[in-house]
Amino acid sequence: MSKSYRDGLPISPENFVDQLMRLKRGSIGRRDFLGLTGLGIATAVMAREIGIMPTPAFAAENLGDRMSIATWPNYHDPQTFENFKKDTGVAVEVNVFGSNEEMLAKLQAGASGWSLFVPTNYTISTYKKLGIIDPLDMAKLPNFDGSQEDPRFTGEGTIDGTTYAVPKNWGTTGFAVNTKKLAKPMTSWKEFWDVAMTEGDGRTMVHDYQLTTIGNALKYYGYSFNSLKQDELAKAEELLLKVKPHLFAVSSDYQPGMRAGDAWMTMCWTNDGAQLHRDIPEIAYVLGKEGGEIWTDFYAIPKDAPNKPAGYALLNYLMTPEVAVKEHLANGAPSTDARVNKLLPKEVLDNPILYPAADLLTPLEFGAAATLTDPGRAELMARFKSA
Amino acid sequence: MSAGLGAVFMHGNRFRHNLLTALLLAPATAWLVVFLVLPFIAIAVFSVGERAPEGGYQAAFTLAQYANLPARATAFWNTMMLAPVGALACLLVAYPVAYYLALKAPQRWRLILLALVVIPFWTSLLMRTYAWMYILGGRGIPALLAFVGIEDVRLINTPGAVLLGIVYGYLPLMILPIYVSLERLDRRLLEASADLGATPFSTFLGVTLKLSLPGVMTGFSLVMILLLGEYLIPTLLGGGKVFFIGNALVDLFLQSRNWPFGSAIAITLVAVSVVVLIAANRISTRVSGARRVDLI
Repeated sequence: MSKSYRDGLPISPENFVDQLMRLKRGSIGRRDFLGLTGLGIATAVMAREIGIMPTPAFAAENLGDRMSIATWPNYHDPQTFENFKKDTGVAVEVNVFGSNEEMLAKLQAGASGWSLFVPTNYTISTYKKLGIIDPLDMAKLPNFDGSQEDPRFTGEGTIDGTTYAVPKNWGTTGFAVNTKKLAKPMTSWKEFWDVAMTEGDGRTMVHDYQLTTIGNALKYYGYSFNSLKQDELAKAEELLLKVKPHLFAVSSDYQPGMRAGDAWMTMCWTNDGAQLHRDIPEIAYVLGKEGGEIWTDFYAIPKDAPNKPAGYALLNYLMTPEVAVKEHLANGAPSTDARVNKLLPKEVLDNPILYPAADLLTPLEFGAAATLTDPGRAELMARFKSA
Repeated sequence: MSAGLGAVFMHGNRFRHNLLTALLLAPATAWLVVFLVLPFIAIAVFSVGERAPEGGYQAAFTLAQYANLPARATAFWNTMMLAPVGALACLLVAYPVAYYLALKAPQRWRLILLALVVIPFWTSLLMRTYAWMYILGGRGIPALLAFVGIEDVRLINTPGAVLLGIVYGYLPLMILPIYVSLERLDRRLLEASADLGATPFSTFLGVTLKLSLPGVMTGFSLVMILLLGEYLIPTLLGGGKVFFIGNALVDLFLQSRNWPFGSAIAITLVAVSVVVLIAANRISTRVSGARRVDLI
């Protein structure tokens, strides 16, 4: 097709029919096809937007033009990835997951396509044992400063002196309460479960996640969040089966129900608690005084990552305190990095949802790898859900 | 041309014909082998294996997974209840619509009305089900009802919401086959029935309904097969409180990563579906007295 004054003008009916008949005869050039269908513009836009054409300055470093990250919902500032693309020409595809098991299943099945992902503390030893994550080459992460990390949160990233993962942020698992609907102040898991069967009947949600739902039922009796003891799990099961008919839902997607006012109380992770409280002040976040879960999410690189250079580049970028601080403001979870905490506004550091008082943190337990992979707990959860 | 040459020519022609048939069938066959037969074999192999300590599959030869099936008896039972009830609810809504479309709607409207039945399919079921979550949730219909004075209506996460979602989601699959069978109905049979003194009601039962039964059974079986694996609608509109086989499978593959047990359940589900379909086919053949409906 030659360049002519007609290029870019609306097509005339005769011309359209001509073109159509030609297409029907099967004679078509790629450019004609792209032009006629409008896909040409789409391709051009896509090429710019998702970086099919890399920025020349970085092409030399061979970062490629795209990579993929697996992470959690509402967990990043979208601007972070835009800025990374502007700097490096690498477009980041974000895959969002519902649970660690789901991530593990995908990675175990192979060819996940991720060059970076965000596992929670208790899964890292399993990934290492299965040999599906790489030890991190710390020389490629100059922006990470281990001395500035709170050791409470970093431990599980390092196995036998080798670092497999660096922390993203930490948090707790408590419960969120709509205090307009349930005015009686609550401070414990015992109250959570009791209220679920009385004032909160038909209005309470628990996670669709055995680790936290069984763990917090164990806390009703003061047992360990990670218990694998038969008799203790039997007691937890008894409680769960008793509560089941009173529940509003068994779901980890609790924000819509809480926001619509259908649910009045739910098991809740720090960052969701902070987001709910920010938008609806009467929703409070409570840490059970018996304890419960504390967690750290890490960054790690899969062994079969298709674009490791870009994975390292993005990880190093995310470890820059000025970048990380924006991530924390967006997702609402507290930081493990002292350099980032220095940059956070005072009202964030004083927010008890994000940075609870030390005496509330003391009884909290990190989830254990064995808790997550225990078949007995999986079957218990299935019995609870099918009851 | 001698007879012998003619025979050779004929033979060559038939050979070419067979080759063409084989070539035309090749893509579909390859598709079925790669995406149906091979995965099915993989699942069958997994189902006699063991769960690895960290989850996943570990080679073994044991029937332990099948022996463990009673652990998901409730899920099987719930599914066996949901599938026919959901399909029946779909049928009750779909039949009048298909009847109107095929026999009553003005000719010039028919195509537009049919298009309206199909158009929702252009949006993903997940998106449409999510929309229902908000319509049935506290800020949707209950808020409207509260506005006119009817307080505290709860719709979301109830069995009614799940049934509504299922009827909404699968309606076109039921309407279209029934519409096709009604559309082909020979109108002279209706006149003959009336001439012979039948009331409109007995004409409907004896002629219209009976002749549309193949369409009804096709729609019913289609919806039922899909409902046997349904997990999205009960999760989103039922609050995940009722556990179906689909939910059990998702949990076993993605949560507890007990792939061998999940595979055993999947194989059992396929076996149960085949039995149910054959039974449905037999019943329909007997009731309609017409030719068999070959679905499987």
